[in-house]
Amino acid sequence: MAKQIDYERRHMPKQEPFERVKNFDEVAIGYTEELAREEAGRCLHCKKSLCREGCPVGINIPAFIECIVAGDYAAGIKKLKETNALPAVCGRVCPQEEQCELHCILGKKGGSICIGRLERFLADWEAARGKTETPAMAALNGMKIAIVGSGPAGITVANDLALLGYAVTIFEALHEAGGVLTYGIPEFRLPKAIVKREVEYVKSLGVKLYLDYIVGKTRTIDSILQEFDGVFVGAGAGLPWFMDIPGENFNGVYSANEYLTRCNLMKGYRFPAYDTPMKRPRCVAVFGGGNVAMDSARTALRLGADESHIVYRRSKEELPARAEEAENAEEEGVIFDYLTLPVRLTGDEQGWLTEIECIKMELGEPDASGRRSPIPIKGSEFKMKADAVIVAIGNSPNPLIPMSTPGLAVGKKGNIVAEEETGKTSRERIWAGGDVVTGAATVISAMGAGRRAAKSMHATLFGSK
Amino acid sequence: MYRIIERRMIVPNLHEFIVEAPEVANSIKPGNFVIVRPDETGERVPLSVADWNREAGTVTSIFMQVGASTAKLARLKPGGEIPTFAGPLGRETEIQNFGTVLCIGGCYGIGSVFPIARALKEAGNTLYTILEARSAYLLYWQEMFKPLSERVIEITRDGTSGYKGHLARLPEIIAMEKIRPDRIIVNGCTFQMMKVSQITKEMAIKTMVNMNPIMIDGTGMCGVCRLSVAGKTKFACVDGPDFDGRDVDWVEFLNRRRTYNPEEVYPLHKSGCASHY
Repeated sequence: MAKQIDYERRHMPKQEPFERVKNFDEVAIGYTEELAREEAGRCLHCKKSLCREGCPVGINIPAFIECIVAGDYAAGIKKLKETNALPAVCGRVCPQEEQCELHCILGKKGGSICIGRLERFLADWEAARGKTETPAMAALNGMKIAIVGSGPAGITVANDLALLGYAVTIFEALHEAGGVLTYGIPEFRLPKAIVKREVEYVKSLGVKLYLDYIVGKTRTIDSILQEFDGVFVGAGAGLPWFMDIPGENFNGVYSANEYLTRCNLMKGYRFPAYDTPMKRPRCVAVFGGGNVAMDSARTALRLGADESHIVYRRSKEELPARAEEAENAEEEGVIFDYLTLPVRLTGDEQGWLTEIECIKMELGEPDASGRRSPIPIKGSEFKMKADAVIVAIGNSPNPLIPMSTPGLAVGKKGNIVAEEETGKTSRERIWAGGDVVTGAATVISAMGAGRRAAKSMHATLFGSK
Repeated sequence: MYRIIERRMIVPNLHEFIVEAPEVANSIKPGNFVIVRPDETGERVPLSVADWNREAGTVTSIFMQVGASTAKLARLKPGGEIPTFAGPLGRETEIQNFGTVLCIGGCYGIGSVFPIARALKEAGNTLYTILEARSAYLLYWQEMFKPLSERVIEITRDGTSGYKGHLARLPEIIAMEKIRPDRIIVNGCTFQMMKVSQITKEMAIKTMVNMNPIMIDGTGMCGVCRLSVAGKTKFACVDGPDFDGRDVDWVEFLNRRRTYNPEEVYPLHKSGCASHY
């Protein structure tokens, strides 16, 4: 008789909310070996594995799960790394519920395999073992590739092309590698030691990394093209949006980029051991409802805020953040002010923020994004006290490269125009991908773009010299 | 790591800082700035560029010691190394033949206005220079401006050199000196740039100032350097740092610069010694 189907997703242990709001340690602790094998054991190993179709980088999911079932973790991590240079990162921050896990056949009864948690288990197992396996590498082919930005897109291209025998150099503008993984995502969601480890792994493939190197400023792309055969631009979404409401330049108003960069990259949460200061506001309001907003609101709690609000103009159903992250935020005590739109900020004579004027919203007809559009309710204005506001409503792509690269086609929002399937831009030998093309999106979609660009670069450049 | 060629106090509290950074030196233009980190736990500090030598691959800045981070920079020694020296950042100062240009420098801005004056002279302008300080002993680099300028005019608060007073006397001084500037360029402390901009607003002379807000990345990513110019929010790092000072909201700018004053000063009082009191 067939085995009974197990629909019960194995939960991953987490730090208790009352504990974790007092520290910056990782919230989710990860599967034990026993839990991982139980979870992997639920996989039905479908003939046609739908989960793979949901993965932007096409990981052979059933194969690595099978390795876990067999207890052969070394083989499992090898399988993962054939297609994914950042398994420890992806296992943590990918929105699996919208990707691989969405396609899992067991999901029909709410029991899709926890693919992300299993991916993380293998990556952490390898890290704990302290020995990394390198996949088979092609001999050097004599071609040189420059990559702008060491975020998820750039790292993926570096990984793929290094394995194919290219001499790869990454130019990073900041003093630490990792892009948004380093400056944006907080320690409690993605420990920086993990990002460092993944970057070290890519360097172990022979990839050169220059920090504090601002392409477009220190050196132009055209100058780089004289030395390199091809360039991939993965410079990220580097220009924060504000609400364009009165009072946004009061002291105490931050872009999420600033707030998170101060904390994560500059280690402001450890001031004065680190020199970059961070204020410790008591009442914080975060504008926006995405993952970055959740990260900001949760960081504020850890820095000692009595109240941390998410101010979002739509309702809970439309929240763009991952359900898991919103849930974590709620558990930790973040207050959600749904259907609320800030319209004006007021401050004192020294220029410090004191109050936010808001208006209540109701939901009308669906708009272009398919979500019901919020409409202000007349006469519903109210005020809330706040000594800090963090604006987390998105970013434009960084302008430094388009500004300094003649002939590189740019879209309406300042994004570099690139073909979705190949990453090809309007200029020969220049490819682009990730947030600099799409505007703020996810880590894995940037990695997917990197993977496609690497393929196209190889197809175009290999043998061309 | 970047090697420190020189770090010396040239006048009280102002330091000349020369760092070996060939690729940065190679791309620098007048008006640019760099971001430096004194050590691995240090802040990212923006410094205006005062000179460079492309052959030697070096970049010179003049900085003033004000808070914890510049105090750290002021303790660096020649021959040592710093982990971050990134740039050049910001848009370059607009250089054209404008006719007659008046360059005004004060504080660290005497240094940073120097390469601007040099480029303006090369572009064919008739150049006048005003250097301002509280007292004569705080002035420097006068000799470097002399070959570029029709006249180098000094203003000191105590009258120890040149005109007595400060830049509030600008209309009177340029009248006496018979200077009719088509453009004024001011580099210096915030008050000085504000003062000149307020005066020239009435005189209808285009007045470019080199803004010096708090920054983190310096590449447009964080937005902490934002300021209001003609009612619009601009990022000093990618839209500036040069703006027409007559359009800047100076009150807001000064407030924003003061954001971390308590935190910047606090670490300076951590000697660990028992208090005298």
